[in-house]
Amino acid sequence: MKIDDLGIFFAVLGAALAALCAGAGSAKGVGLAGEAGAGLVTEDPSKFGKVLILQLLPGTQGIYGFLIAFITFIKIGVLGGSSDMTLAKGLLYFAACLPMAIVGYSSAIAQARASVASMGILSKRPEEFGKSMIFPAMVETYAILALLISMLAINGVAGINI
Amino acid sequence: MAMLQMQRISIYALKKDRKRILELLQRRGILEINDIIQEDNVFHKMDVTKARSGFEKHVVTANEALEILNRYAPLKKSMFSALNGRKVTSIEDYSAFSGKYDDSVQVAVDLISYSKEIAELKAEIIRLEAQIVMLTPWMKLDIPINFSITEHTKSFIGAISKEWSLEAILDKLKDFLPVEVEIISSSKEQTCIFALCPTTTADGVYNILRSMDFTTPGVSMDKAPVEQKVDLENRILEAKTAINKTVEAIVSLAKYREDIMFLQDYDRMRSDKYEVIGQLTQTNNIVVISGYIPEREIQEIEKSLNKDFLVAIEVEKPSEEEDVPVLLKNNGFAQPLEWVVAGFSLPGKGEIDPTMIMALFYYMLFGIMLADAGYGTLMVGVCAFCLIKYKHTIELSLKNFLTMFLFCGIATIFWGVMFGSYFGDLFDVTASTFFGATQLPIIPPLWFFPVDKPMLMLAFSMVLGLIHLMTGLVIKMYQLYKQKEYKALLYDAISWFALIVSSAILVVSLDMIKSMMGPGVSIPPALTKVATIIAILASIMILLTNGRESRNPFKRFLKGAYALYGITGYLSDVLSYSRLLALGLASGIIGNVINKMAAMPAKSPLGPFFFIIIVIGGHALNIAINALGSYVHTTRLSYVEFFGKFYGGGGRFFHPFQMKTKYYKIKENMKNEN
Repeated sequence: MKIDDLGIFFAVLGAALAALCAGAGSAKGVGLAGEAGAGLVTEDPSKFGKVLILQLLPGTQGIYGFLIAFITFIKIGVLGGSSDMTLAKGLLYFAACLPMAIVGYSSAIAQARASVASMGILSKRPEEFGKSMIFPAMVETYAILALLISMLAINGVAGINI
Repeated sequence: MAMLQMQRISIYALKKDRKRILELLQRRGILEINDIIQEDNVFHKMDVTKARSGFEKHVVTANEALEILNRYAPLKKSMFSALNGRKVTSIEDYSAFSGKYDDSVQVAVDLISYSKEIAELKAEIIRLEAQIVMLTPWMKLDIPINFSITEHTKSFIGAISKEWSLEAILDKLKDFLPVEVEIISSSKEQTCIFALCPTTTADGVYNILRSMDFTTPGVSMDKAPVEQKVDLENRILEAKTAINKTVEAIVSLAKYREDIMFLQDYDRMRSDKYEVIGQLTQTNNIVVISGYIPEREIQEIEKSLNKDFLVAIEVEKPSEEEDVPVLLKNNGFAQPLEWVVAGFSLPGKGEIDPTMIMALFYYMLFGIMLADAGYGTLMVGVCAFCLIKYKHTIELSLKNFLTMFLFCGIATIFWGVMFGSYFGDLFDVTASTFFGATQLPIIPPLWFFPVDKPMLMLAFSMVLGLIHLMTGLVIKMYQLYKQKEYKALLYDAISWFALIVSSAILVVSLDMIKSMMGPGVSIPPALTKVATIIAILASIMILLTNGRESRNPFKRFLKGAYALYGITGYLSDVLSYSRLLALGLASGIIGNVINKMAAMPAKSPLGPFFFIIIVIGGHALNIAINALGSYVHTTRLSYVEFFGKFYGGGGRFFHPFQMKTKYYKIKENMKNEN
């Protein structure tokens, strides 16, 4: 086995990690928010729609992770096309995927906790729903920034000639 | 872009007219009752708690009765019934209802008692069924269970624990023969027996049986179990028939459903009215109704009141200290976003209503984040359909919600065309998969593909963000100007505006940024020089003035330096708009991914079928998730970045005395829409 054969391995590993960590974080987060939401809906079924919005907010990280994984697959040619690359390039892809993987995981869980707290607002002061949505959305900013960096990095790495 | 001017109105009326005047005001819903007269020897307030609790009780009764009706005689509801809003009814119907009032209350009470009856019957059935279960082991016994004694014999009917054979039992009782034992039934847990012995040996037999854990059965009846079971079954049947009859009785009352709904609304309104009466100050003959009213409504209400009643009306401007409620008034374009503004806070003293300016950016930002002509068309179609089909009956809040998404949808179409996204790249994928097209894209973007030029898109997002933020600063300048805070206007607003704009120019002229943007962007050197000078001057001004509340010059300078450090806040605000790129790319690329997945099985015989299923399901999911994301993040950009520059809020909602009904709304004359 040539050392450069490891390039594609690391690139796929990075993509897999992005989908895996961010997805796991979102699953945990949406589940956490769902548990709290189910309790609230037991008390007042008419709030289902709003509870669902709050529950879904930590779900976006999983989608971002999936997105990064998919873009990586397209760029490295796993979905058809040639997938030759050097070890250095594979490692670069790996590094590019890391922000989404790590920030995606932890921000989804942090956002879910904010969502759960916001459900408290929804139960006690339903008229302040607009504000209750903003607290979880604040956390999401960092997932978006990570998504952006990962995306730009993957695009950039694809253009580097090594 | 305005707040309605509020006036304080005081209506002095005869006490005998007060209920009718209040009813008129309640129907109009334009006056917030706010009494300022203190109680004294002449003016006093009325205790209305008793009357109110009576009405409240009826409201609860009616609500419960309606729930019962919905359980036994549910109304068929269409999917769009929520769009229908409350039923409109005339004031004549309202007055006529007092004739039906007592009957309606009676019907509601009957419904509740029927429901209780059913609950009792159901409990009875469960009890009877339990008895049947207890009887089951005794079915073979042909005498009543409570049979015990004849002239010369004594019988024992009961269960002994564990399984016993007849021989074993007889063996236990061998000292007391003759004794007749019969096993009725047996299981692992217990053996049910019938034992008969002469009265002389009864005590001895009983003691032996006791040692075998003999227990008498839990049921005691004077008929043989078989007959008894038939009896019980008949009683269950009777109870079931009774339930059916009661349900029929409930269903037959379903024709009064609307009356009960009306009853609930009627007494809700009366309860509210009495709450207001309790707040009013009155003398023996006169009552004073005082509160806030939008200026434009005064003439109309004065006319109506003078027509029917003997009243004196006084209008005055609220004084500076008064906490006047806020009511926003905007045109049809911005009005749907009033509740987004209200969701943050209503404008406080000295602030303008930001709805109109926010609306301009709000729709645009939403459009850029979703940016797909296909999704936009769907949104516009659905919202327009609902708004047109139900335009007469839809409730205002729902109408605003749908109108907001209608405008958001239009913006989404616009940016979708600019960025060349139609359900992702659905047209391209369909054409190349099924028709072998090679000239792609079918519909080129009007501007550019964000996926191909992410850096351009990033720059565009940030420039847009900068414009958004600077608009906020300009509004701040305007507010400071209106409040005549000229110093603050120069030091806190204009200096910052100059600093941010000039710094932005300097940033763009940096070599690093230039290389990222490509060769198209260049700033003339003269402009760079001017920007440098302005930036330095503005920084010095901020450094020297932004700590001006401190007298100590050293402290003042430090505070100024800290304020200048606030420029990092602007940097992060601008960076925050990169979410426009991220969310725009996310919705676009996920759309493409869906299309790609749909095209994978397309070559198989059932390919087109799978293609359609995946495309419909996938895009439905994508539009739901990304519309939600766009809405949340547009709201965030408006609340945090935009409002943060100029808007504090703190205004109080206008809570007019009005009909808080659930099912009906009463129109004074059918042509008057408000």
